[in-house]
Amino acid sequence: MNYNWNWSIFFEPAPGGTGTYFNMLLSGLWLTIQTGVFAWIIALVFGSIIGVLRTLPSKTAYWVGFAYVEFFRNMPLLVQLFLWFFVLPELVPRSWGLWLKQLPNAPFYTAAIGVGLFMSARVAVQLAAGIASLPRGQKQAATALGLTTVQSYRYVLLPIAFRIILPPLTSEFLNTIKNTAVAITIGLIELTGQARSMQEFSFQVFEAFTAATVMYLLINIIVVTGMRFLERSLAIPGYITGK
Amino acid sequence: MIEISHVDKWYGPNFQALKDCTTSVAKGEVVVVCGPSGSGKSTLIKCVNALEPFQSGQIILDGIKVNDPKTDLPKLRARVGMVFQHFELFPHLKIIENLCLAQEKVLGRSHDEAMVKGTKLLDRVGLKEQARKYPAELSGGQQQRVAIARALAMDPIAMLFDEPTSALDPEMISEVLDVMVDLAREGMTMMVVTHEMGFASKVAHRVIFMDGGEIVEDALKSDFFGSPRSDRAQKFLSKILSH
Repeated sequence: MNYNWNWSIFFEPAPGGTGTYFNMLLSGLWLTIQTGVFAWIIALVFGSIIGVLRTLPSKTAYWVGFAYVEFFRNMPLLVQLFLWFFVLPELVPRSWGLWLKQLPNAPFYTAAIGVGLFMSARVAVQLAAGIASLPRGQKQAATALGLTTVQSYRYVLLPIAFRIILPPLTSEFLNTIKNTAVAITIGLIELTGQARSMQEFSFQVFEAFTAATVMYLLINIIVVTGMRFLERSLAIPGYITGK
Repeated sequence: MIEISHVDKWYGPNFQALKDCTTSVAKGEVVVVCGPSGSGKSTLIKCVNALEPFQSGQIILDGIKVNDPKTDLPKLRARVGMVFQHFELFPHLKIIENLCLAQEKVLGRSHDEAMVKGTKLLDRVGLKEQARKYPAELSGGQQQRVAIARALAMDPIAMLFDEPTSALDPEMISEVLDVMVDLAREGMTMMVVTHEMGFASKVAHRVIFMDGGEIVEDALKSDFFGSPRSDRAQKFLSKILSH
């Protein structure tokens, strides 16, 4: 292979005039983290609401939850981002569409919301499964004590269910961060985007993507470690999830 | 105190779980409900605090109609204690927190008030030292005693027991029954689904025998153990008393 390795490329100034190539990758990393965290918050909030809806006795609630989950999980993420970014502004009244198109940072918000909603369907399914895995008597005991449905969920069912699903939720958090890379297609210059522009400017494709890989790996190791710590600090003594 | 009249309940269109059940529990009375498994005992007792809905008939609890859509069910349920076969303590809460949760969230007591009440009741069931442990760290018998204390913390006007000793090892049954016997002797209104005929003959005023969703026999204790009138009750008694 006739390739000119140059690991010191990271310390050379990038053509953008904003510092070295390394600075360029770092700004991409920062944007990836911001997008990932924002998307994860959306995924958790919407996923929790929909997950709970899927476990309520009400038929309507169940169907709303069902429709939501099937809508967001059965369409490729890429298509969803295109829908939000290119199609939605054309579907809404003209003035709203204009406003949307002129929104500063539109790719960022679209990516965070798009990835967040996509992931929320997965969070919802897991939370519903976590709640369904609890003995039926837990809800009955809470109800028999006079707790309302909202209180039963808030004080009894959700605290246990979230502990049970913490390990799979870790994977979903990682997926959320990795999925933000798809946003490169709507012009978000996050980590993958910056690695690509570095490749285009410098022709050092292997160095650029090695650095990006290492950076993705690092954030995800931090997330995994943090979640392990959370799991341990929330473990219930003597209870199965405490192991 | 508890008036059950002509209650019918179906699971789906084909299975009738309760057939025209009529009985009552007076204030201070202890009524034991027994019968083979699947006879509807648990279903009946769960209808009393509306954990299970029923299709026709009515249940009146301390003058309030349970199956009236206008009834504030959480408020009504808070006044009736319930103890379950599988204890159903909340695993993520410490023992004392299990006792405080509904006192604070449902009755609106202050945390200090709830703690005083909770500690007093734990002392009463002999488990004051376990207050800071989690449910999974206690034996089955201890957990069930905590469950009774949790129900008593709400100052209930009546207590419902749904097979409180069925999930316990033999050597733990008596510690739970002792607590229940004390409660009965203090004049608590109790409806107890159990196969513990020793308990029934010691403290029950009346015994109800159910089979196939029907109340086959509803008799004073002395009549029931003396000369049960139905074949089915006789067969049932001979089976469970023969060993």
